Amino acid sequence: MTAAWFVLTRLARDRSALIGLVLIALLVLSAVLAPVLATHPDDVFELHPSERLKGPSGAHWLGTDRMGADVYSRLLFGARITILIGIIAVGASLAIGVPIGLVAGYHHGWVSDLLMRVSDIFLAVPQVVLAIAIAQTLGPSLPNVILALSVTYWPWFARVVYAETRALQKEVFVESTAALGASPWRLTVLHVLPNIASPIIVRASIGMGFTILTAAALGFLGLGPPPPTPEWGRTIAESREFLPDAWWYATAPGLAIFLTVMGFNLLGDGLRDVLDPRLRRSGPARDG
Amino acid sequence: MRLLALALHRLLWFAPTLLGLLVVTFVISRVIPADPVALVAGETATPAQVEALRRDLGYDRPLPVQFVDYVARLGRGDMGTSLFTRRPIVEDLAHRLPATIELTVVAMIVSVLVGIPLGVLSALWRNSLLDHALRVITVSGLAIASFWLGIMLQLLFAMRLGWTPLNGRLPGFPPQDLTGFYLIDAALTWDWGTFGAALQHLALPAATLAFPALATLVRFTRAGVLDVMQSNFALYERAMGLPRPLIVWKYILRSALTSTVTQIGLLFGILLAGAVVTEAVFDWPGIGTYAVNSILRSDYNAVMGFTVWAGVIFIVVNLLVDVAHTLVDPRERAS
Repeated sequence: MTAAWFVLTRLARDRSALIGLVLIALLVLSAVLAPVLATHPDDVFELHPSERLKGPSGAHWLGTDRMGADVYSRLLFGARITILIGIIAVGASLAIGVPIGLVAGYHHGWVSDLLMRVSDIFLAVPQVVLAIAIAQTLGPSLPNVILALSVTYWPWFARVVYAETRALQKEVFVESTAALGASPWRLTVLHVLPNIASPIIVRASIGMGFTILTAAALGFLGLGPPPPTPEWGRTIAESREFLPDAWWYATAPGLAIFLTVMGFNLLGDGLRDVLDPRLRRSGPARDG
Repeated sequence: MRLLALALHRLLWFAPTLLGLLVVTFVISRVIPADPVALVAGETATPAQVEALRRDLGYDRPLPVQFVDYVARLGRGDMGTSLFTRRPIVEDLAHRLPATIELTVVAMIVSVLVGIPLGVLSALWRNSLLDHALRVITVSGLAIASFWLGIMLQLLFAMRLGWTPLNGRLPGFPPQDLTGFYLIDAALTWDWGTFGAALQHLALPAATLAFPALATLVRFTRAGVLDVMQSNFALYERAMGLPRPLIVWKYILRSALTSTVTQIGLLFGILLAGAVVTEAVFDWPGIGTYAVNSILRSDYNAVMGFTVWAGVIFIVVNLLVDVAHTLVDPRERAS
C-alpha cells in the first residue's frame, strides 16, 4: 500500500504522467457510468431513422449516426468494449509471457532457446498481420479479437522478463539465495519476480495503449465484434461513406481512441521514470 | 571473408525463423479452424464442392504430411488461387507489391528527412517552445490510429480544401511499366505530368504513414544527441573552439545516429504494418488493400497468402538491416 502510494504521489508530480492518469480515469469513469452519463442510453440497439445524421446539438452533443443513434452515448458504451479488450488481452499476455520469460531466463539450455526462438518468430512479424490472420480464421467476434491480440502480444512480456531475469542472475542476492538452498521455484517467484515488477508494469501500460490501437484497427477492418456493437474502430469504418458532411461521426470515435492510447502511453512513460530511474523518458515506446 | 561468414551466420538464423513462421501460419490456417476446407472454399460452396476440394487439396491426409506439402508448395511459390480474382495469389501479390514498396519508401524518406533534423533541434533547444511542441507531436504520433489520421487528412485536404486527390494512385493510365514504381517509371520516361500527379496522390497516404515513424525518429534522435552532447569528445571539441554547427551537425550527429540506424530497420516494420490500414483508407492498390478486400470477401487463401508474404518480407528486411548494421558499425564486427 505504501509503495503504491509512493508511486502515485511521484506520478502526480510529473505533469505528463498526471495527464495520463486523468485520461485513464476519465475512460474508466465513462465505461463504468455509461448508463448514467449517456444522454440516450438505449441508442446502442434502437433505431431512429428520422434522427439520422444530425449534427451536434443540445439534444445530441456529438451528433447522430447513420441509424439515428446518439454518437456520444455509443462512445461511452464503446469505452466498455475498449477497456474489456485491453485488460483481458494484456492480462492474458502477462499470464502467458511472464512465466515463459521466467523459465527461459532462469534455465540455460535448449528449453530456454526454444522458448525464446518461438517468441522471436512472433516478434519478427508485425502484430496486426498475425492478428488479422487469426481473427479471420476464427471469425469476427469480441472473444476472437481478444484471443488474436493475446496470442500475438505475449512475446513482448516474455522478452522483457527474459532479459531482466538474465540480468538479475548475476546479482549477489540471487546467488546467495540459491546458495542457501532455495528451490528454483521459490527463487524465481519470491525473489526474482518482485525485482522485475517495474519493467513488467511499464510494459503492461504501454501494451494497453498498443493493444487498444491494434484492436481498433481490427475493428476498422471488419474483424472486430459485429454490429450493432459500438466498437470505436468499426464506428469509424461505418462513418466513412457519410463524409465530408457528417464530420462529427468519424471525428468523435477517433479522438476517443487517441486520448485513450495517449493516456496509457503517458502513464507508461511516467511509470518508467518513477519506477526505474536508470531508464530515461527518451527510450522506445512503440512496439513493432 | 569474415564479413561473409557473419552474413552466413545471420542466414543460418533466417532459415529456422522462416520455418517457424510457416509453422505458425500452418497452425492458424489448418489446425485451429473446425473445417479449414470450408474456409478456403468460401461461403457459397456446397457440401459436395467442399468434399471435392478436400480431396483435391489433400486436406484429408495426416497433418505432418500436410505440413510438408504446405512448405513444398510455398517453396514453389504456390499459395493457391484467389476465390475472387480467380488468379494465383502469388501473381496478385507480386503485381501489387511495387505500389506498397513505393508508398513505404516515400514515407520512410519523409520521416527521416523531417524527423532527424527536428530531433536534433529539439535536443539543442531543450525545454524550449519547439521542444515542448515536438514532444506533443511525438506523443500524438504514437497514440493516433493511422486509419483515423488518414480519414481526417482526407476530410480536410481532399474533401474540404480540394488540394489533393481523395484516393487512388493515378487517375489515368500508369506510365510505361519499367519497374512498377510510378515515380521512377515517370521520371525515366521523362513524363513529368504523370510524375506530378503520382506525387500528389502519394502526399496524403505517405504523410499518414510517416507520422508515427517520424514521431519515433524525433524521439530517438533527440535522446541520442542529448547523450552524445554530454560526452567527453563533444566537450573537448567545444573547448578546442570548433564552430558549434560543425560540432553538432557533423560530429555529434554522426555518433548519435548509430542507434538511429538500427531504429530505421524497426521503422520499416512499423511502416509495413501501418501500410495495411493506410492503403485501405486511401484505396492504394498495394498488398494492404488486397488483404483488406480479401477479408471483406472472406477470401481465406488470399488473407493467409498475404500473412505469409508480409511475414517473409519482414524477416528478410530484418536480415538485411542486421547485415547492414554489422557492416556500418565496426564494434559489431569485432565481437
